[in-house]
Amino acid sequence: MKKELLELKVNGRRHELAIEPSKLLLDVLRQDLGLTGSKRGCDDSSCGACTVLVEGVPMMSCTLLAASCEGQEITTVEGVAEHGALAAIQKAYGDWGGAQCGYCTPGFMMTVKALLAANPDPTEDEIRHALSGNLCRCTGYTQMYQAVKGAIEAEQKGGKQEAGSRK
Amino acid sequence: MTDFSIIGRRIAMVDAAGKTTGAGKYTDDLTLPGMLIGKILHSPYPHARIKRIDATRALELEGVVAVVTGKDAPNKYGILPVGHDETALAVDKVRYVGDNVACVAAVDEPTAEKALELIEVEYEPLPAWFDPEESMKAERDLIHENRPHNLEKDYHHIFGDPEKGFAEADCVRQARYIANEVTHAAMEPHSTLASFELDPHTGALGRLTVWSSTQVPYYLQHKLSLVLEMPMSQIRVIKPLVGGGFGGKSEVIPLEIIAAVAARVAQAPVKITYTREEVFWAHRGRPRTIIDMELGAKQDGRLTAVAARVVQDGGAYCSYGVVSILYSGALLGAIYDIPNVRWDGYRVLTNKPACGAMRGHGTVNVRFAFESALDEVAGALALDPAEIRRINLLKPPCITVNNLRVTSYGLPECIEKVVERSGWRERRGRLPRGRGLGIGCSHYVSGAANSIIRSDMPHSTVNIKIDRDGGVVVYTGASEIGQGSDTMTAQIAAEVLGCTLQRVKIVAADTDLTPIDIGSYSSRVTFMAGNATLRAAEEVKKQIASAAARKMNCAAEDLIFRNDRVFKRDAMPSAPSAGDSSAVAGHVEGQILRGSLQQKRKEEAPKDWMTFEEAVVAAIDFHGALTGTGSYAPPAEARGGSHKGGGVGPSPSYSYSAQVADVSVDEETGEVTVHKIWAAHDCGRALNPVSVEGQIIGSVWMGLGQALEEEMVWKDGLLMNPGLLEYRSPSAIESPEIEPIIVESIDPEGPFGAKECSEGSLAATIPAISNAIYDAVGIRLREVPFTPERVLAALRARDAAAKKLDLTEGVDPTAPTRFREHGGALWFKGKGPKRHELDQAVAGNPHGSSADD
Repeated sequence: MKKELLELKVNGRRHELAIEPSKLLLDVLRQDLGLTGSKRGCDDSSCGACTVLVEGVPMMSCTLLAASCEGQEITTVEGVAEHGALAAIQKAYGDWGGAQCGYCTPGFMMTVKALLAANPDPTEDEIRHALSGNLCRCTGYTQMYQAVKGAIEAEQKGGKQEAGSRK
Repeated sequence: MTDFSIIGRRIAMVDAAGKTTGAGKYTDDLTLPGMLIGKILHSPYPHARIKRIDATRALELEGVVAVVTGKDAPNKYGILPVGHDETALAVDKVRYVGDNVACVAAVDEPTAEKALELIEVEYEPLPAWFDPEESMKAERDLIHENRPHNLEKDYHHIFGDPEKGFAEADCVRQARYIANEVTHAAMEPHSTLASFELDPHTGALGRLTVWSSTQVPYYLQHKLSLVLEMPMSQIRVIKPLVGGGFGGKSEVIPLEIIAAVAARVAQAPVKITYTREEVFWAHRGRPRTIIDMELGAKQDGRLTAVAARVVQDGGAYCSYGVVSILYSGALLGAIYDIPNVRWDGYRVLTNKPACGAMRGHGTVNVRFAFESALDEVAGALALDPAEIRRINLLKPPCITVNNLRVTSYGLPECIEKVVERSGWRERRGRLPRGRGLGIGCSHYVSGAANSIIRSDMPHSTVNIKIDRDGGVVVYTGASEIGQGSDTMTAQIAAEVLGCTLQRVKIVAADTDLTPIDIGSYSSRVTFMAGNATLRAAEEVKKQIASAAARKMNCAAEDLIFRNDRVFKRDAMPSAPSAGDSSAVAGHVEGQILRGSLQQKRKEEAPKDWMTFEEAVVAAIDFHGALTGTGSYAPPAEARGGSHKGGGVGPSPSYSYSAQVADVSVDEETGEVTVHKIWAAHDCGRALNPVSVEGQIIGSVWMGLGQALEEEMVWKDGLLMNPGLLEYRSPSAIESPEIEPIIVESIDPEGPFGAKECSEGSLAATIPAISNAIYDAVGIRLREVPFTPERVLAALRARDAAAKKLDLTEGVDPTAPTRFREHGGALWFKGKGPKRHELDQAVAGNPHGSSADD
C-alpha cells in the first residue's frame, strides 16, 4: 500500500508522517514516532496495554487506524509526567506497588488519568470498574486501588512537585 | 537486630519510574539499524513428518532477506541435561500444532507475514496422541523414538511403610482429582533481538549479542552456544525489562534461538516478537494433571499415610518435565508431619505444546488434591479443618521422611493469623446457605538446593565496585522480571554499607558484565543472589572499615556504617541529614580528586565519624579501587537424599502459606463469588513489605484465576482458546479483596532472615476456594477450574431430583475420570463433532466407544 502524508498531534506536538493508511495507531506511535511506552499485549484488543487517550478518552490504539486520529489530541504515557517530575499517579504506582513488571502500567496510567479527570474522588468500586478494561497479570490489582487513592491524597495535600526540588 | 535503615522499609522499586513513564525498554521496544523482522511458520498438524520445505517463492518476494529452517540449526537442546530433545526449528517432524517449521526475516512485519504464505511445506500426517493415559500405553507412532510408551519419565517412591500406615488408619479417603491446563499469560509476549558484529581481525561475522525477554540469561547463553556451535565467550545475552515471566520465560523458548539463526543467515539483526496466539503455543505452562490421592488418619486427626499417583500431560517435549513430575511428589513432605508416603509419578508426552514450569511448579495441582482430601478426612472425623492442620504440624528443625531439611517454619503462625482475621471460629458453620469459609495451606522452596546443571559452581555470584565518585555499583546476574530483585539487591547492599539507596546502582543480567546467577525461577533470587550480594558488600565494607579505622584511630570492629556515614560506635554524628537515609548526603570538596584528606582533616573537628565518601576515598588511597565478590551455594546438608529423583525438592529453606477464602455460590447459575481471601505467608523477613505484599497478592490472585476461570481447552491437539478473551484471566472487577499477612520466622540462613515470597502462596488458594465451596453448598469439586458449568453439574449430582441439563448430563466434577475435549462427547450427550480421524481414541481404543455414549 502506498504511503500517505498524515499529521498527528501527540503529547502536545505536531508530527508530519508518511504512513500506510492501513497502519494502526499503536504501530505508528511505537515505530514511526519511537514512543514505545504504549505496548502490544494481545492480538484482539482484549488486554488494554495499548491504551492511549484520544481527546481525553481512553482508547485502544491497536484498534484505531492512525489515519482516523488526524486532528485529534492524542496523549500517550510519555505525555503524563509534567514539568520534569513524575505525576502524582506515577509516583503513587511506584510507592504503593501498583507496578510490578510494568508492562501493563502505561495502559493503566492512561485509564487512571482519564478516570480522575472525570471523577476526582472515585469509590473503590468505581475505580475497579474503570480499571476493568486493563489486564494485569502480576499485581492482582489491589495495590493499584491503594495507589489511586494515594495519588488523590498526595495531590490534595502537597500540590505538584517542582522539578529540581527533592523531598 | 531489627533496627535496620532500609531493610523492612516500604519503598518504591528502583526501576519504577521507567515503568510508569514508559521510558523503560522491553525487548520489543529495541531497534537496531538495518534490523529485520522475523516471523515463524508454525505446524498446522499435531504430529507429522516433514517431507519437503520449499522457500523459493518466499525468497523471491521483495523485502525478504532470508528464510531459515531446521537444517540451519539441527543441534538439539533442552533446559534439562536429560531432556535435550528440541531443535529451534523442526528437523524431521513436527510434534504439536504450533511447532516451529521455518522463519522468514524481512524488512517489515507485513512482508514477513506475506512471505510465510509463500513457503511450501509438504507434511505426512502421523497418528497423534492427545490423552496422557492413552498416550502412555503407546506401542507405535511414538512422539520421540527414544521414549517408549511416550513416557518421558516415571518414578515410584516409598518412604516409611505406607501399607502399614493405611492399615492402622481409622479413616481413609481416596479420590481422583483433575486439574486442567493453565498457562502464564505474562502481559509481555516473548521477544528476542539478535545481532552479530563483524570481527575486525577475521572480517567475518564475529560476536553475537542477544537481547531477550528471559528469566534465565545464562541458560540462554549456554543453549545458543550449543545450537550455533559458538563459544559462550563470543555470545552476549542482555536482559532488558521483562514484562512478567512466572516460569514461561524460565527456559529457552524457540524464538530466542531462531532469531539468532536467522540473524546469522540474513547477516543482519533480526527481531522476533510473538503474537499472543504464539505465546499460547509456546506455552511451557502447568500441565493438566490427574491425581489419585489417598489419605489415612487416626481418630484424633493424625495423618498415618498418604499415597498419590500423579499423571502429568507434558505435551510434546521434555522441557522441565522431569523436575515438574518430581515436585509433584517431593513436596508432599516438608509441610505436615506424614510418616509414610507412597508416590507414583508419570510424566507423559502428547502431541500438544510442551508444558514447563509455572509458579509453584509441580506442587500446585497435588496440593489442591491433598488439601481437599485433608478437609474430607477432617469432615469424616468431625474435626475443624484448621484444627486438623494444627494437629499435623512439623516440629522443626527436622528432616522429613523424604529427606527434606526444614528449618524456619512459620506455618503455625500463618494458620493462627488467617483463622483470627477471617473470623473463622465465629463465622464458620453459622453462615447462610450458599456462603462458606474454606482453609488451605501450601509451601514452596526458596530455590532448589541442587542446580539444573550439576556442578560445584556457586548458584549466584555478585560483584561490587566502589570508586572515587562514591557510587556503589552492584553487578548481579539476577534477573529482574517484575518481582523486585534489583530493588532487593540495592537494599541489601545499602543496608550492609550503611549508605543511601540513591548511591547504589544495579547492573544486572548482562553476561558480559555480571557474574553468573543461574536464573529467576524456583524463587531462589532473594535467598541466593541476596546472600551473594550481602557477602560481596561485607567484603567491600571490610576494606572501607580498615581504612576508616586507621584514619579514626580505632579498631575496624568498632565502626558503624549507617545513614551514609561511618562512625565510632559511641559517637553520635551531628550531620543534619542523619535521619534521612534515602537522600544523597554530603560531598567532599576538592579532596576527592586531589587524594589525601590529611590536609583538610587537620582543620576539621571530629575524628569520630566520616562521610561514606570520605571513608571510600580513604580506602581507595590505601587499597586502590574497591571491589568485592560474594557468592552463594546451598549447604550440603540441605541437598536432600540420594534416592532416584531425590535431587528435586530439597531447598535451603521453605516458605509457608495459610489462607482462608470467603465465598458465595449461586445455586441457580453456578457462579462462585470470592468475597475475600486472607493469605498469611511466612517469608522469613520482609525486606520490602510493599513488594512482599504485592507478591503474596499476585500469587493468590493467580491461584484464584486457576481456581475459577483459567483453562486451556483442547480439540484434537488444537488449542481452542489461544487469546486473552477466551483464556479468562481475572480483570479488576472479578478480582476480590486479598488481604496479605506477612509472617516473619527469620530464617537462619536467608539474607537478613528472608526467604521466598512469590510462589508459595499460589497453591493454597485453589483448595481454600474448593473447601469454601463445600462449606457453602455441600459439593466437593474435584476438577479445577470451578466453572459455573462444573458447579451446576455438581449441584445436580448432589440433588438427583433436580432438573437436568443436557449440556452437563453425564458429567460429574465431584468424580472426574478423564480429561475432556472441546466439543467432545462428554460435553454433549450423543451428538457432537466427529473426532479427528487421526485420534487414537477412534482407532479401536476401548475408551473411545464409551466416550460416544
